[in-house]
Amino acid sequence: MEKVFNKKPIFKDYTKISKKADFMLNIIMILCTIACVLPLLIVFSTSITDEKTVTLYGYSLLPRKISFEAYKYIFKDIMVVLRAYGVTLFVTIVGSLMSISIIAMYAYPISRKDFKYRNIFTFMVFLTMLFNGGLVPWYMVYVNVLHIQDTIFALILPYLMTPLYVLIMRTFFITSIPDSIIEAARIDGAGEFQTFIRIVLPLAKPVLATIGLFNVLTYWNDWYAPLLFITDEKLFNLQYIMFRVDKAILYLSNNASSINNATQIMANLPSQTARMAMAMIAIGPIVFAYPFFQKYFVEGLTIGSIKG
Amino acid sequence: MAEIQKVTVGKAVTGRRTRPAFIRELIKNKVLFLMMLPGLLVLLVNNYLPMLGIVIAFKDYNYAKGFWKSDWVGFENFRYLFNSNAAFTITRNTILYNVAFIIIAATVAVALAIIFNELLNRKLSKFYQGIMFLPYFLSWVVISYLVFALLSSDMGFINGILVKLGKERINWYVEPAFWPLIIVLVNTWKWTGYDSIIYLAAIIGFDKSYYEAAAVDGATRFQQIKMITFPMLMPVITVLTLIKVGRIFFTDFGLFYNVTRNSGPIYDVTNVIETYVFRALRQTGDVGMASAAGFYQAVIGLIVVLTANYIVSKIDKENSLF
Repeated sequence: MEKVFNKKPIFKDYTKISKKADFMLNIIMILCTIACVLPLLIVFSTSITDEKTVTLYGYSLLPRKISFEAYKYIFKDIMVVLRAYGVTLFVTIVGSLMSISIIAMYAYPISRKDFKYRNIFTFMVFLTMLFNGGLVPWYMVYVNVLHIQDTIFALILPYLMTPLYVLIMRTFFITSIPDSIIEAARIDGAGEFQTFIRIVLPLAKPVLATIGLFNVLTYWNDWYAPLLFITDEKLFNLQYIMFRVDKAILYLSNNASSINNATQIMANLPSQTARMAMAMIAIGPIVFAYPFFQKYFVEGLTIGSIKG
Repeated sequence: MAEIQKVTVGKAVTGRRTRPAFIRELIKNKVLFLMMLPGLLVLLVNNYLPMLGIVIAFKDYNYAKGFWKSDWVGFENFRYLFNSNAAFTITRNTILYNVAFIIIAATVAVALAIIFNELLNRKLSKFYQGIMFLPYFLSWVVISYLVFALLSSDMGFINGILVKLGKERINWYVEPAFWPLIIVLVNTWKWTGYDSIIYLAAIIGFDKSYYEAAAVDGATRFQQIKMITFPMLMPVITVLTLIKVGRIFFTDFGLFYNVTRNSGPIYDVTNVIETYVFRALRQTGDVGMASAAGFYQAVIGLIVVLTANYIVSKIDKENSLF
């Protein structure tokens, strides 16, 4: 209907902006879009530029002289990158799966109207959004009570239960899973856990996908947990390797005069272009996967009020 | 049969009053409780033990003595904290940056959402949304690289332009004057796309018939935006803003630590509570100051969030957190 309407220019659609206004807005949008991708383009272009050209002319939007030396350099030391990739992948996959299971298993009971203590257990999650002990006691629990510094658990445990996700999932269970289905399963003789796995989870696929993706992003992008808890190089993840390379170069360039063998150390460190190539390697998977996930994120953002 | 037996047992138990209600529930719903167990353990170690541990702010923490044996010192740590200039600086920076972020989210992001909704070409609008949402997916470490590519003193893109224009290079990472603006710009760059999509979702949900009625009455599209979209969006803006106000005492550590490259000369304008606590704990090893600042943040933060939520609940019961 609408399309037919649009084809007849005699009837102007007054619920739309004029062509002229649209043109202006498009120009603004194009400028904003450029501002969003410009830094990424500079980093990308630097990563495929010849090292000497970069030192001479600085970072630029278009590569003056294309060279893939930076990537070759990084992959020469392939074990470091591969190991970091491995740590990131392992933590992302295992962490996200554990997190989504723990969240779902916690959110389900507190969504059940016939579960007497649902309010207390909901409040226990909610309270953590209002008040927390802060960095120092949290750090001490990990280091002095659990002793998990320098273990892979220190990378997984911090993000297992995001309170907001528990509440979002609980709201989804309350609003989208009819009591009658759970009741019917009970009458058919299914146990609680069986009902949860066979009936509730398949119905909750959209919310599981969204929260799962948020978890994947959190684990993939994490550099804070390794900064606090990891000193063992074998457990450095991709983001933290980037964090360290950056700091190491900064330190050396600031103190180059005071360190005798600075030039020698510099030679062993990733150079300007390699540093940017490293950034591309960490961003790459996100940019490629982005078109696929974007839809779920947008749905997730709009999944509705968290109040139950 | 089994049902009847259960009921009898239940009654007998109540009669004797030996088992409290909680234990009975525990037995009845043992599967549900077991399902919650992993989550409860995670809450315990990530949230509840640290909550108890917050009393460390009242101790003179000694690495050799440990948590339990360190001496109680009352408000000594707080006295040190508030006698230093740091307390004022970090509070000022934390609040002022958050105010700037909140204003931008409530104006720029809202304007962007309205534009996304107005553009005639849907596909193009989706394309812009997609690109502007992208920065949300990048970590602060990655963003610090992007910022460095722009601001590096000898090779940075911006200094390159300045040189071409015949101006002096600026040593960005040691010049405090520029950082309030840089921080606000970087934060806007990362979050505006995300915020605008939340507003856009609200706008899309508005009833189209209002616009049709207004058009019939001869309102221009601009008048419709002013008189329909904007007023209808106002409650959403208010609530989202108040939720952010509730978090005014908390900032994003990565923005203030990584993006600034932890550069000392600009601490005065980039030091916020999070970075102060981190540096006190990990760089100077001053656990007392770190935990006092953490305690201060947690308590004032709680008061602010409760107040903000109280106001939200007065305006719009639906959207209050509790």
